Amino acid sequence: MAKVLMKGNEAIALAAIKGGVDAFYGYPITPQNEVPEYLSKHLIDAGKVFLQAESEVSAINMVYGAAGAGKRVMTSSSSPGIALKQEGISYIAAAELPCLIVSVMRGGPGLGGIQPSQADYYQATRGGGNGDYNLIVYAPESIQETIDTVKGAFDTADYYRNPVLVLVDGLIGQMMESVDFDRPTKKRDLKPKDWATTGTRNHPGRRNVANSLHLDPALLEQHNIHLQKKYKEIAENETQYEMINMENPDYVIVAYGTMARIARTAIEMLQEKGIKVGMIRPITIWPYPEKAFDAIPATTKGILCCELSMGQMLDDVLIANNGRHKVGFFGRAGGMVPDPEEIVDAIVNFTQRVVK
Amino acid sequence: MSEIKYAKSKGLTDTPLTYCPGCAHGIIHKLVAESLVELGLLDKAIAIASVGCSVFSYQFFNCDAQQAPHGRACAEATGIKRVLPDNIVFTYQGDGDLASIGIAETIHAANRGENITVIFVNNAIYGMTGGQMAPTSLIGQKTTTSQDGRDFAHHGNPIHISEMFATIEGVAYLERVSVYDPKHVIQAKKAIKKAFQYQEEKRGFTMIEVISTCPVNWGMKPTDAMDWVKDKMLPVFPLGLFKDKGDQNA
Ligand SMILES: Cc1ncc(C[n+]2csc(CCOP(=O)(O)OP(=O)(O)O)c2C)c(N)n1
Ligand code: SF4
Ligand SMILES: [Mg+2]
Repeated sequence: MAKVLMKGNEAIALAAIKGGVDAFYGYPITPQNEVPEYLSKHLIDAGKVFLQAESEVSAINMVYGAAGAGKRVMTSSSSPGIALKQEGISYIAAAELPCLIVSVMRGGPGLGGIQPSQADYYQATRGGGNGDYNLIVYAPESIQETIDTVKGAFDTADYYRNPVLVLVDGLIGQMMESVDFDRPTKKRDLKPKDWATTGTRNHPGRRNVANSLHLDPALLEQHNIHLQKKYKEIAENETQYEMINMENPDYVIVAYGTMARIARTAIEMLQEKGIKVGMIRPITIWPYPEKAFDAIPATTKGILCCELSMGQMLDDVLIANNGRHKVGFFGRAGGMVPDPEEIVDAIVNFTQRVVK
Repeated sequence: MSEIKYAKSKGLTDTPLTYCPGCAHGIIHKLVAESLVELGLLDKAIAIASVGCSVFSYQFFNCDAQQAPHGRACAEATGIKRVLPDNIVFTYQGDGDLASIGIAETIHAANRGENITVIFVNNAIYGMTGGQMAPTSLIGQKTTTSQDGRDFAHHGNPIHISEMFATIEGVAYLERVSVYDPKHVIQAKKAIKKAFQYQEEKRGFTMIEVISTCPVNWGMKPTDAMDWVKDKMLPVFPLGLFKDKGDQNA
């Protein structure tokens, strides 16, 4: 397939089809509506399952059911909708079921607004659901990268038996870019889903159960230890990031998604001013690329964390930096998207941006 | 030669039931299990355990199972049934689970005519959490959160699930039964079996409301609890067939 011009949300939908999605369950919310709209037509035409649920709460539990039944299942939503899904997400993670969740962030808190935002970093990486669990969270910066991520997401989820969250902001969802759907994804050695609840006639002699209840504290602790072991393996093998311009930078910007793209332009503008700025661009935000920060030379004057929020990834930057460099923050919120000049200004006046 | 006249259903595992002695949950489990075995559906059944005293039913029914968050059983069942339309999918839910926190999921599953079976165990109380008021608690019923008795002005009336669901087009079969004496146990079994039969024939949403007991939290002996069902609950929740679309669709 040659390159095509496509809107971000529709590209997510088509990439999911290319990734082998069997079923979609969701509930409408701006700015992600083109995902279910596209799938409602194309999944049903392909004889697969699309169902508009009565709420996000219901949608995520439909996902739980179908994931437990061994199918490739997804949902998509935006900030307040993802908030409602957190209970189900915790159960799915606890029951170790694979699925894909797409979150197209808008401004918050509360009903907030419908313009692009990155204010759900905590929601994605810390989760609103209960207990010690992690999702594998990708935060791509372009439609192409989103497509590549979504296409491979079911393999990743199946491989680890863990939910994958693809986190983009409304700008990526709404803009159009020229994209290619045929780029290869990582090959994984996937085992048959012999744990799926498909009826005992399909696996005689064994009852399959999807469950997150362990009333015995010793067993529940064991389950938690098992989960942590898996999360450690994911952190070792799946952490992704990009290093840009990192030879002896005066400053280092840390940004993901749309903010990283704006920062790319700002870095070029700063170069013209004779200020050398590098960038660490996390592609996975859980697991977080802490190791990337080891590559920042001692001579670098500071790290500027840039977000479309009031400072959430900043926590991870501070942890990863571990006191080595001064850390500053630049953020816009509520759907306000900065011009590159604002980032240029934040670097030029870095001292005013320092938080720690 | 001795002959076994009565045995545990093959539809139940060997895991000991966790229900209190004299609780009707055990009877209802047996009826569900026997129905699935007799219809030859057990090995393609997927049970959805809800949150309530029956939360461990995923260990009791001798088939595949999923355990759902509180109230979400019908959503989870929908998610499964849509991708495995030829399996038998059923939920087993209490009144708190179905009629309170999960009423939206249940109504919409019914309205879509999801081809699943709901076993709705109405014991007019939150058993598992220690006897709090349920949406189906009777007027005047004393619970740990309605200590002077349920009062209409404050709490509203007990909610009538079968009466409400009878108005929903997607419901293929809906009957309210009880298990307070052998005659009614036999009737309840017939109804449960018919519901699964209808699901196998892909006729739509089926629900059996079983008027059940909670002797422990009602503060009664099991036999008195059975009498309380008959004398107090049935006047509020009359037994009977609320909907049967089967014949029209046949
Ligand atoms: C989200 C959530 N809220 C509350 C609870 C606590 N809880 C457990 S069981 C239950 C009530 C169950 O009552 P019912 O459905 O009537 O079942 P029964 O125990 O009477 O059979 C509640 C409120 C929970 N587990 N999850
Ligand atoms: S608490 Fe009540 S409903 Fe629960 S098992 Fe005991 S008697 Fe049955
Ligand atoms: Mg109850």
